[in-house]
Amino acid sequence: MHELSVCQALLAQVAQVARDNAARSVEKVVLRIGPLAGVEPRLLQDAFPIARAGTVAAAAELVIETLPLTVRCQSCGAETAAVPNRLLCGACGDWHTQLVSGDELLLASVELRKS
Amino acid sequence: MCDTCGCNITPGNKHLNEAGGKLSHSADGKAAVDVLHGLLGENDRQAAHNRAHLEKHGVLAVNLMSSPGAGKTALLEATIAALKDELRIAVIEGDLETENDAERIRAQGVPAIQITTGSACHLDAHMVHDALHHLDLSQLDLLFIENVGNLVCPASFDLGQHRNVVLLSTTEGDDKPAKYPVMFRAADLLLLTKSDLLAVLDDFEPARAEQHLRQLANAAPLLQLSARKGQGLDAWLAWLRGEIAARRAARQKFRAAPKLSGVLRV
Repeated sequence: MHELSVCQALLAQVAQVARDNAARSVEKVVLRIGPLAGVEPRLLQDAFPIARAGTVAAAAELVIETLPLTVRCQSCGAETAAVPNRLLCGACGDWHTQLVSGDELLLASVELRKS
Repeated sequence: MCDTCGCNITPGNKHLNEAGGKLSHSADGKAAVDVLHGLLGENDRQAAHNRAHLEKHGVLAVNLMSSPGAGKTALLEATIAALKDELRIAVIEGDLETENDAERIRAQGVPAIQITTGSACHLDAHMVHDALHHLDLSQLDLLFIENVGNLVCPASFDLGQHRNVVLLSTTEGDDKPAKYPVMFRAADLLLLTKSDLLAVLDDFEPARAEQHLRQLANAAPLLQLSARKGQGLDAWLAWLRGEIAARRAARQKFRAAPKLSGVLRV
């Protein structure tokens, strides 16, 4: 339920990017979110129209790209896909793995209109 | 991960940002600006500031997280009773409303700062920063931050703590780590609380809780305890003493090398 506060943090960053680039408005915001980020993309989509109102991104589209969940095994070295509550090596089944990708919560890019 | 040196570009996403990647283009009349900042960058900056502030004074900060009612405050009462002659302790309490928990802590004779979040479901680094200004850190060894009872949101916000301790009470079910992977993946120590009830609960199996934790690739130790009955507290107190000793050793190392530039993190 903290998606609205995440959205507000997002819009503060987007506004900064718009200022830095002397943009008139923001057309599109692209996020990249991993399944272990602790943020639900659908709820973020719901919160975004509320948070963007009255900002430079008032008409912006929100695009969320979901990143894959990948682990690297410390025993056998394999890199395999995993699911959030089962981060085991897909090759040998060991639980001694490291997350390669999957906990990202990133503002990837912003599309601006300058004139 | 920080958002200045590019370490947040992982093997899973770097192809999108390299020249020719689908995010590097710019369309007619529009300019696409690549950012790649962590969305919680502002919180993370504040958390790093909090951590530096705590480390300057050699204070160990422990973030306690669990569902509501898992026994965080009862654990703190028992811990303070056992350690208050040995360590200087303070507590930051997070709740939606009331000063009840802070009053329980103050009754133990240590300072407690209550943060009432209103409807917010978690503490963030800014709230903790405000609370830190009400404490004299030079007079502390150990700071507990009792987060809002919630197994979802608190896991996403760095507060500047050194360790995350997650409580799982035996009345909640041993599959909680499988249901709330983001939270339990963040645990540096898992405490199975209300262990005195294991005798009457035939459906909670500590070994199963551990198995679910390992499936999150988390090697954190598990300890069973009952704060009310005083069972299993010694192992928890020993863990805390070990963490404090490690923090002090790190601080001495830092002091011994004052010419090092940059931040020494241990």
